[in-house]
Amino acid sequence: MSIRISQIDKTYGATRALEPIDLDIRDGELIGLLGPSGSGKTTLLRIVAGLEQADGGTIHFGEREVTQVHVRERRIGFVFQHYALFRHMSVFENVAFGLRALPRRQRPSNSDIRTRVMQLLEMVRLSAFAERFPAQLSGGQQQRVALARALALKPDVLLLDEPFGALDAKVRQELRRWLRHLHEELGFTSLFVTHDQEEALELSDRVVVMSNGRVEQIATPDTLYREPANRFVFEFLGEVNRLEGDVANGRLTCGNASVSVPGVEPGRRELLLRPHEVHLAEHAIPAAHLPITVAAIVPVGAEVRLELEADWLEEPWLASVSHAEFERLGITRGRRLFALPSRLHGFDAAGAQNVALPVG
Amino acid sequence: MIAATLRRRASRRVLPGFGLSLGVTLTFVSLILLLPLTSLVGQLSQLSLSQYWFLISDPRILASYRVTLLAAAVAALFNAAFGLLMAWVLVRYEFPGKRLVDALMDLPFALPTAVAGVTLATLYSSQGWVGRWLETLGLPIAYTWVGIALAMAFTSIPFVVRTVQPILEDLPSEVDEAAVTLGARDGHAFRRVILPHLWPALVTGTGLAFVRSLGEFGAVIFIAGGKPFETEITSLMIFVKLQEYDYAGATAVASIVLATSLALLLVINLWQGRFTRRLHGGGA
Repeated sequence: MSIRISQIDKTYGATRALEPIDLDIRDGELIGLLGPSGSGKTTLLRIVAGLEQADGGTIHFGEREVTQVHVRERRIGFVFQHYALFRHMSVFENVAFGLRALPRRQRPSNSDIRTRVMQLLEMVRLSAFAERFPAQLSGGQQQRVALARALALKPDVLLLDEPFGALDAKVRQELRRWLRHLHEELGFTSLFVTHDQEEALELSDRVVVMSNGRVEQIATPDTLYREPANRFVFEFLGEVNRLEGDVANGRLTCGNASVSVPGVEPGRRELLLRPHEVHLAEHAIPAAHLPITVAAIVPVGAEVRLELEADWLEEPWLASVSHAEFERLGITRGRRLFALPSRLHGFDAAGAQNVALPVG
Repeated sequence: MIAATLRRRASRRVLPGFGLSLGVTLTFVSLILLLPLTSLVGQLSQLSLSQYWFLISDPRILASYRVTLLAAAVAALFNAAFGLLMAWVLVRYEFPGKRLVDALMDLPFALPTAVAGVTLATLYSSQGWVGRWLETLGLPIAYTWVGIALAMAFTSIPFVVRTVQPILEDLPSEVDEAAVTLGARDGHAFRRVILPHLWPALVTGTGLAFVRSLGEFGAVIFIAGGKPFETEITSLMIFVKLQEYDYAGATAVASIVLATSLALLLVINLWQGRFTRRLHGGGA
């Protein structure tokens, strides 16, 4: 079921929680709402669910307008941040709750309920725990119960509020992969809220980045990472190195460092780049003369993270290089090298500007 | 040397003052609770079993048990419903004057019960503001068991409100929301999701209200009127016997009230313990 959100806005007292927002979600899409706390992402999710009323705008599920439809008639599944399981009911009864709450005419027979619930528990791999109580389960298991419960009524739309927020890193990873599979298998349309950029990028077909009640960018994870629409998106999605200097004749100068930046307007400019966009070499090249000193070395997994210092930098840069590169250059602490940025990103009121440099 | 080491090890608790605070606590428990109870048992031991039986099964006393139990039960049930509603309103909604209403809930505890008794008696007597109207409708309140139940309900309402309120506050509103997103009607959600959570607290509160009502004296006697066999409550009987210098009789009847209250409290506690264990992950 597709979701069409148009001009939805919300104000709490004097606080503008949501600026008018438009968002089209295609049938079967998995969309992540990403943003820092207070960005309005949870408010938007709750408005889509019907747990909160928007001040204006409309919401359609497919062709059906649901703006004024009560939560219980919207046919949504909602997974709460802290699961909100019914603690006095067994896992089985939790999952069966929605089926048992149906009006008598639509309610399946007890044996049908049993079959359906066991099927759902099978799907979330908890069949053996049907008679347990929520307090006897781990966080990850409780989360799966909450998901099975939300899916029991075959909702048109599945909404998840910080679904993995309260879990530890390893379980989170596992559940994410599992949810992705489940989504591909069942094909429900889904909208989830997260403040974790890695989670949003890994799980979503498209990500909606929000801040201060506004949508900053809606894009696939790949586009989002490569072509951020603005500075906020760029900074929110990962670590950032800063380079500030004066641009003249297509070259940025900062102390004894300089780099060619074709197409950048002259004047005082700040350019940004990611750690993996910093390459290292023993010699400067005509396009870039950026002398640095290696201040710290941290091998993490597939790459080595380096902290780079220079007197023309206000704060040190981070660089991530491959182990092969690391060995080829024989990097040690205190080694003097040259940084070669492969890309530089500039943002101003007019929009984003990306400068590619011929290195690497 | 060894003794010193031992002593040091023994006092190696992180929280200081265990010995002193426990000592003081036990002393006060003994003085305030146990001593009077012991003297009651001491008084009782002067009676033979048949004397005791004769004293506690006097028809007038038996009638007082019936009146007390009936009125206390009605008061407790009324409070269960009204107290739950009150707690619900105080926790779930925001309205002007909420804090005032919240504070008013404790009034029956703070107000001298005799004051409550006099007030209720004047209000509901056949000349009182409210009583006059009810009289014409054929519903006399004063000098009937209904009046007794009313006075009991007045003094014991905070028990229900104050036991249910914190539990309701603890119940995240997400749980109601979850029930509603699953399509539950309000009634269904309340019965199946909220009530089971409140149940232990509600039963405890109601039980406490009932126990308290069994022993209520000050608030009840004025409105009860004290017609033998009709509106005499058990605590009044104790008082009457004391005035007649019948200490043995008073003690015998008091022992019944005490035993009933203690037994009820014990049952409530055991039952509540079982229920709570289930919610927090013990065996079902």
